[in-house]
Amino acid sequence: MKRRDILFASLGLMVIWQIAAMIVNRPILPAPVIVLVVFVQQLGKGLMIDFAVSLWRVTAGMLLSVAAAVPAGLAIGGSKTLNRIFSPVVYLLYPIPKVVFVPIVLLFLGIGDTAKITVIFLILFFQIVVLVRDQAAGLSPQLIQSLQSLGAGRRALFRFVYLPASIPAILTALRQSIGTAVAVLYITELFATKYGLGYYIYYNGSTLLDYPAMYAGVIAMSLLGLGLYFGVDWTERKLVKWKFAS
Amino acid sequence: MIKIDSLSFNYLHKALIFDNFNLSVQHGETWAILGPSGCGKTTLLYLLAGLKFPTSGQILIDGQQLTRPRPRTGLILQDYGLLPWATVRQNAELGSRVRDFYGPDGKHSPTDHESKNNIDLWLKRLGIDEIARQYPSQISGGQRQRTAIARTLALQPDLLLMDEPFSSLDAITREDLQNLTLDLCAEQKLTLVVVTHSVEEAVSLGQKILLLKAPPNRSARVFENPDAGRDSQRNSAAYRNLCDLLWKEMHHEAA
Repeated sequence: MKRRDILFASLGLMVIWQIAAMIVNRPILPAPVIVLVVFVQQLGKGLMIDFAVSLWRVTAGMLLSVAAAVPAGLAIGGSKTLNRIFSPVVYLLYPIPKVVFVPIVLLFLGIGDTAKITVIFLILFFQIVVLVRDQAAGLSPQLIQSLQSLGAGRRALFRFVYLPASIPAILTALRQSIGTAVAVLYITELFATKYGLGYYIYYNGSTLLDYPAMYAGVIAMSLLGLGLYFGVDWTERKLVKWKFAS
Repeated sequence: MIKIDSLSFNYLHKALIFDNFNLSVQHGETWAILGPSGCGKTTLLYLLAGLKFPTSGQILIDGQQLTRPRPRTGLILQDYGLLPWATVRQNAELGSRVRDFYGPDGKHSPTDHESKNNIDLWLKRLGIDEIARQYPSQISGGQRQRTAIARTLALQPDLLLMDEPFSSLDAITREDLQNLTLDLCAEQKLTLVVVTHSVEEAVSLGQKILLLKAPPNRSARVFENPDAGRDSQRNSAAYRNLCDLLWKEMHHEAA
């Protein structure tokens, strides 16, 4: 993605929004210019903090899921026995929409950030496990044998083959799950918190009926997702240089 | 150097591939293992590499029974086993990095292993120093094979095992690399064992040619080929005659 393309896309969406606002012509859909002004004002009045809190929750969820899912995926993908035992478990749990667990997680983990981070973690964990497992299982036996003939045992194979091979899979999994993660973040922030973009949007839209402020929150959420995509792309360019070489 | 003693081998629930098979290889010899597909030639190479183990009997290298890949044995496989995410240079360094990772434990690396950087010499010797910063996907098949050779020789092996190393290369590159391999083996005093399905390759590389047949292999049929690798050889009548002979034997076996 080029910055210029994103600018054009934003302008295009603004134009459509503007036209829609003119047709609807009600406070529930204010014009983009009004919302942008409110967005800038709100940044100073606490929207920035809500943004930061949401960013922290989703980033923490991402990092935790990578930390847990990568070893799990490598272990399952690298061993036929573990694969036979755990793959059915993964397949049974993977399709469940994790958002159904929100009330239960809240019940057990309480109202703090832990519950919200846990839900994000649950969503990303399975995505990453499956992709990393497939990556590890798909490595050519010749590659493994060549490394073994160079003296590599289990630990060196992990360090020099499995771990670097899993990085593209991790990044693909993250990219695929950012949308879901941000959407579920919104839902978790409806409950038991006074911070975060989800709370901000809900509070302004449903309690204060301050629609421009609500849309400012929506913009912030969109920027949060965009920022995460950029983060993943940037990491990929740093860590997966060989994929961009041709 | 290599002593194969009453070797029997079969894959789980499959018929025997080797049955009470014996062979001995002297230091500095170059051997080609030739045979139709399914004859067990790659299996034999993996047994020599310490990646598979005899069902019964034993394989001794320098008097030591193989129980794991031996640090002084180099193995080069058909698809070169290069890491796609590492540059030519990083791939060539991989062996020393694995050894540094374990230290001189005598198990994964020789007890006299010292971390040293001789990679530049090898990159130069194999003519790949100019492309050292490129990734395997960016270079030719011949250059990839040169990288694999550099990686293996940098560990200063005394035994080099190769599985169909040149079969996916074009004729000119293949001949180049065959000659280079023989030069390097002579220079480094290496014992060479090459597995191939190509009669011409076997005759170009192997001073001794082991012909395997459809399993089970009970006794080794070895053809002497002392002129292997001499420049004069490729156009000689002896070369053609040996090729014809092996060709007939192979097809006779396959039939």
